[in-house]
Amino acid sequence: MKYALITDLHANREAVEAVLEHAKSRGAERYAFLGDFVGYGADPGWVIDCVRDHVSRGAVAVLGNHDAAVVQGPLPTMIPEARQVVEWTRAQLDAAQLDFLATLPLAVSDADRLFVHANAWAPADWGYITGRMEAVRSLQATNARYTFCGHMHEPKLYHLTATGKTGDFTPMAGTPIPLSAVRRWLVIPGSTGQPRDGNPAACYALFEPETATLTFQRVPYDVTGASAKIRAAGLPPRLADRLHHGE
Amino acid sequence: MASEAPARFAPLQVGQVVDAYRIEERLHQGGMANLWRVTRADGTATEPLIMKVPRIKGGEDPASIVGFEVEQMIMPALGGLHVPKFIAKGDFTGQPYIVMEHIAGGSLRPRLDDAPIPLDEVVQIGAKVATALHDLHRQHVIHLDVKPSNVLFRPTGEAVLIDFGLSRHDRLPDLLEEEFELPMGTGPYMSPEQVQFVRNDPRSDLFALGVMLYHFSTGVRPFGAPTTVRGLRKRLYEQPVPPRTLRPETPPWLQELILRCLEVQPAKRPASAAQLAFELQHPEQVVLTERAERQARKTGRFELFKRWFGAVGAEPVVAGGATTQTARAPILLAALDVAGAEPGLLEAVRETVERLLRTEPSARLACLTVMKTHLIGTDELVEPDGSSKHLNLLVQLKHWAHPIVKALEAQGRGDAGRVTFHVLEAPDPANAIVEYAAKNQVDHVVMGARSSGGLRRYLGSVSAQVAAEADCTVTVVRT
Repeated sequence: MKYALITDLHANREAVEAVLEHAKSRGAERYAFLGDFVGYGADPGWVIDCVRDHVSRGAVAVLGNHDAAVVQGPLPTMIPEARQVVEWTRAQLDAAQLDFLATLPLAVSDADRLFVHANAWAPADWGYITGRMEAVRSLQATNARYTFCGHMHEPKLYHLTATGKTGDFTPMAGTPIPLSAVRRWLVIPGSTGQPRDGNPAACYALFEPETATLTFQRVPYDVTGASAKIRAAGLPPRLADRLHHGE
Repeated sequence: MASEAPARFAPLQVGQVVDAYRIEERLHQGGMANLWRVTRADGTATEPLIMKVPRIKGGEDPASIVGFEVEQMIMPALGGLHVPKFIAKGDFTGQPYIVMEHIAGGSLRPRLDDAPIPLDEVVQIGAKVATALHDLHRQHVIHLDVKPSNVLFRPTGEAVLIDFGLSRHDRLPDLLEEEFELPMGTGPYMSPEQVQFVRNDPRSDLFALGVMLYHFSTGVRPFGAPTTVRGLRKRLYEQPVPPRTLRPETPPWLQELILRCLEVQPAKRPASAAQLAFELQHPEQVVLTERAERQARKTGRFELFKRWFGAVGAEPVVAGGATTQTARAPILLAALDVAGAEPGLLEAVRETVERLLRTEPSARLACLTVMKTHLIGTDELVEPDGSSKHLNLLVQLKHWAHPIVKALEAQGRGDAGRVTFHVLEAPDPANAIVEYAAKNQVDHVVMGARSSGGLRRYLGSVSAQVAAEADCTVTVVRT
């Protein structure tokens, strides 16, 4: 049963559609959405409905910091741009959509797998995994063999041995990586809705538990369409521009 | 922590069935792993198989565990004639193993005891191993432990590389990166950059091959068999005794190639394994430098100090990995009908070749023409005026390439055998070109297409056949 690991969708309908179609064509049968369904993009309602539909058919979904912010309403500490996006997004959603976000769990464990948005040591504090130090901290905070998380928008793979040796790896899209059973792994598929590694194509990953094989993927999508919608919605133009550059 | 330390497993017994495989007989007991001959337990397929099982001492032996992990990760990603075919693996949650094709021929290791061995055999071994290495490098993998015991031969003659426990795959995580505090590899064969912990230069494998060829030629190891890091570091500044000093009948071109492989700086070694294989198969094309005639002399204390000083704190240049370095050093083949083609077409082919050479700074160019011979009967090898046909073609080929050679010289790239010339004699030019390209791991063939339709219909199209049958990229130039 192949998992599609999809995260940081950020209300980007065009990217989500392209990724779902790609995943289906590669044989994905299970879906895990790792949070941040809204924020930045112009289609929050559509993206939430899409995730909710998958969840009703058994998919995993966890809460992201952007989702939490939209549920809570803007915080006084937010920069004006973020505040504007949160207020705009809230106005687009109906009660059922807001309720769906409000009831999302912070983390889901399934057999030897942990799905969480930011990290395993304090999921509700939204600390970032920016390097090996944080990756090891997260890996040591869980018993799961595989941790799948989002929050960081660049694809990355960390590993830890029983003797405490660690490593990080920037993956190459399309190369299947066998995840050895003698170590534990932290997988960051990279953002679907707002990639930031200089490549505008949407990120996601496929994971096959039976063979412990992970494949990072990149999917080109209609960036022009998604970015035009952001401008038309009156959201900050910077959010439209950055999609073109993937940064 | 969920990662259970690998448990100790009861020793395997003959007749035991592990997953889908029956243990038949132990073939080899090594320090790191045992090899068993196995068959499929369900009796299907009878191909010879072996099972490699790591020896785990006391459950806490990172070296053998990580090496085996690396091999389990890399082997399934490899294919082709020059590696054993991967069949199955079992991970450390159960009985760890790798089942692979059994290569019937033995390893090169026993032959080392006979060294020095005949020089033409040394050359043959070198060409075969370099060919195998190039195939590995093209699959994004650097072996990093090339030595005679890791080279086998198929009954059909091809070299097969085994043991990928220290290897590095460009597109997979490097599980060894953090593992050891000592340089990884086998003392006598380890390249200077491996001593300095660089694990992403495919030319490290050429250094190791150079050590092998040196040992087979002279009967001694170029840098001994050091067991300390201090001993290993000596190769950063000490030069090996030139092979011709130890074995005077070593041809200068072979000494040139061996010493080139043993250069401290990877950039001074052959740019790719394919380029080395090419030169080993074309001794007459090897451009000789000072290396070819170098003789042992006592290195002055001052010079040794200079070289030692240069090595202190010298940071190795980090290469781009197997993929980048191999792609950067392609072999281009210009196949020309110098005697028959239209001058305009020859010019157009030359322009295309020039464009390709400009974009690939480490590329080499082989210029080739085929002298058509008859299948039956004797061929006239001399022109009516008594001159040699072969020589005339060579002259024309060099004349065609002259502007290219001049341009390369002007860019400071007119070095060591950058452009070579070959006249083949064969009844079927297309076949000859395809075979030549395969044998020399040519990356890109450039050739012209016959222009006139009538002639093409009558003679068939050589370029169409080459484009259809060659394994590499083929550019067909038209005017």
